[in-house]
Amino acid sequence: MAVTDTRPQPSYQWIEHISATNFGIIALALIMPVLANDFILFQVFGWAFILGTIALSLQFLAGYGGMVSLLQMTVAGLAGYGVALFGDSGAALSLGWPWWLNIPVAIIVAGIFATLVGALAVRTEGIYTIMITLAIASAFFYFARQNYPIFNGYTGFNLVIPPQLFGVDWRQPVPFYYLTLGAATLSFICVLYVSRSPFGLALQGVRDNPRRMAALGFNVTMHRIYAYTFASFFASIGGILLVWQNAQVSPGTVGLPNVFDILVIAVVGGLRHPIGPFIGALIYCVLRAFAPDILLAFGLSGERFKMLIGLGFLAIVFWSPDGVLGLWDRWKARRSANADPLTGKARGGSA
Amino acid sequence: MTMTDTAADRLGSASSGNALELRGVTKLFGALAALTDINLTVRPGERRAVLGSNGAGKTTLFNCVTGDFLPTNGSIRLFGEDVTSFPPQERIRRGLRRTYQISLLFGGLSVIDNVYLACRGVSRGRFSMLRPRRNDTLMARAAELIEAVHMTPLKDTMVRNLAYGQQRQLEIALALSGAPRLILFDEPAAGLSPTERSELIAILMGLPGHIGYIIIEHDMDVALRVATSVSMMHNGRIFKEGSPEEIENDPEVQELYLGGGHG
Repeated sequence: MAVTDTRPQPSYQWIEHISATNFGIIALALIMPVLANDFILFQVFGWAFILGTIALSLQFLAGYGGMVSLLQMTVAGLAGYGVALFGDSGAALSLGWPWWLNIPVAIIVAGIFATLVGALAVRTEGIYTIMITLAIASAFFYFARQNYPIFNGYTGFNLVIPPQLFGVDWRQPVPFYYLTLGAATLSFICVLYVSRSPFGLALQGVRDNPRRMAALGFNVTMHRIYAYTFASFFASIGGILLVWQNAQVSPGTVGLPNVFDILVIAVVGGLRHPIGPFIGALIYCVLRAFAPDILLAFGLSGERFKMLIGLGFLAIVFWSPDGVLGLWDRWKARRSANADPLTGKARGGSA
Repeated sequence: MTMTDTAADRLGSASSGNALELRGVTKLFGALAALTDINLTVRPGERRAVLGSNGAGKTTLFNCVTGDFLPTNGSIRLFGEDVTSFPPQERIRRGLRRTYQISLLFGGLSVIDNVYLACRGVSRGRFSMLRPRRNDTLMARAAELIEAVHMTPLKDTMVRNLAYGQQRQLEIALALSGAPRLILFDEPAAGLSPTERSELIAILMGLPGHIGYIIIEHDMDVALRVATSVSMMHNGRIFKEGSPEEIENDPEVQELYLGGGHG
C-alpha cells in the first residue's frame, strides 16, 4: 500500500511575490564579486551597504515614526567605539574581550544611549527634534575628542578589525562585500517585516496622528522611545562594520559632516520605504568614489566632490521631496497612465 | 453586530456604579471658563445627547472626560473608578471610546489597518514585532467591525483616499473596537449626506444595549432620535436635563437653541 505523506508541506508562495526585477537584483548582488574589482566591492558597494544600514535606522524613525533624528551616526559611532574599546585594537585602552562578548555589549551600550536620548527627543516634534539630536551629536563629537580615559581623545582607536571567523579574513574585499551585503539584507528584511507588525503599524499611526493613538489606548511616548531603541540596532550594526572597514574609529567618525551625510543619504534615496536609504547610499558612494576624477577631467579641483553631492541633493529635494523613490513612483504612474487599460501596453500615437 | 464575551463580563463587573460621573468639573483657559461646575451622571447603557450652541463647552467636556484636558477643578469617575488624573490611554483601557469632530484617522494606512490598530490598542501585544497571523483573532475582529459599518469592499483602501462620509463611518468602527462600554460621539453626522445620516442612525440604534454613549450633535433629528436623555449646555454650564420630548418642548430651550418661534 502506498504511504501518503500527510505532513504539512512548506509553502513557497513568498517566492511568487518576488518580481523578476527583484530576482535580477538579488542575482546581480550575489555574483557581483565576479563582475567588479576589489575597489568597487570594498569601497563602493561595501561602504554603500554600511551607510545604507545606518541610514535605514533613520528611515525607520523618520519614514515610519515621523521623527527626523540626527543621532543615528552618533549611535553608529558609539557602537564602533564599543567594539574598539571592549575588543582588540592598537590602543592600550582596549579590554581585549572576545568578539561574541564585545559586539553584543557594544550594541547594548549604543542601544541604551539611543533610548535615553530618544526619551528626551520624543518630547519635542519637528524642527525641535532635529535641533535636540543635532546638539547631542555635536556634544558627543566634542566629548569623544576631549575624553582620553574612554575614547582615547583625538587619536581614537586604530587597528580595529573584524574577527577571523571560520578561517576567513573578513576584511578582504570579497568576504567583506558578502558580510556587508548580508548585514544590509537582513536589516532591510527586518525593518520591512516589523513595519507590518503591531509595533510598526502603531508607529505609523503615531506618525499620522499621535492624539488619536492615545485615544485608542496606545502610550505614544513609549512607542516613540522604543522606536529609537529598535532603530539603534541597525545603526550599531552599520557602525561596527564601518569601523571594521576603516580599521579605525576617531572623533571624525561621529563628526557633523558624517551626521549630515546620513540625513542626505536617507532623503535622497527616499524615506518612504526601507530600500530608499540603500539607493541613496549607493548614489553617495558612487559620487564620492568617482566625482573627484570627473571634476579633475574638467580641470576642477577634485576636492569639490561634495559640491556635486550638494547639487544632486538640491535637485532631488526640489523635484522630488520623496527622493529617488518618489521619482520612480511618478515615472511608474505616468507609464501606467499612458498604458492601454485593456492590453497594458503603451498607447499608440494614432487614434 | 455581536459583541465579545469580554464586553459582557466587564459590563457585569461594572454594574455596581454609574458609567460616568462628573462632579463639579470646571475647566479654565486663563480667564476663560470653558466649563463651570459640571455635574453629569450617565448610567451604563444610557444614550445621552449633549446639545448646545457653538462655544457652549461640549467638546471641552469630551476632552476632559477622555483625558485630553485635565479639569481645573472637580472629579471624573468612570465605572466607579476615579480617573481624574489618568492619561487618555488608561481611560480607553477601561472601556471609554470617542470619535472626533474632525476625522482623526491614519491616512497613510489602509482601512483594515486602522481598525486593527484600534483593536490592538486595548489588547496585549501593543509592542509586538511579530506580524499578525492569518488566523489572528484581532484581525478577524477588525474585519467584523468593518462589516458592521458597511465598509467591507473598502477594507484595503488607503484611508487618505476615502470620501468624507466613509471616513466618518470608519471613525465609528474605531470607536467600537475592543470592548467599549461608553462611547463619546462628537458630531458624527457633520457633513454627511441624508443617505449617510440614515445609515449613521441605523448604526447607532443597532448598537448592543450594554454600550452607552454620549452624542454631541447639531442635527436635532439625529440627536433626538438616537438619544434617550438630553443635557443642554450653555456658556460652559448644563442648564437643563430631560427626555428628548421634554427638551424639545421646553420654552427656555426653544428660546436659546431652537429659536423662539419653534413649536
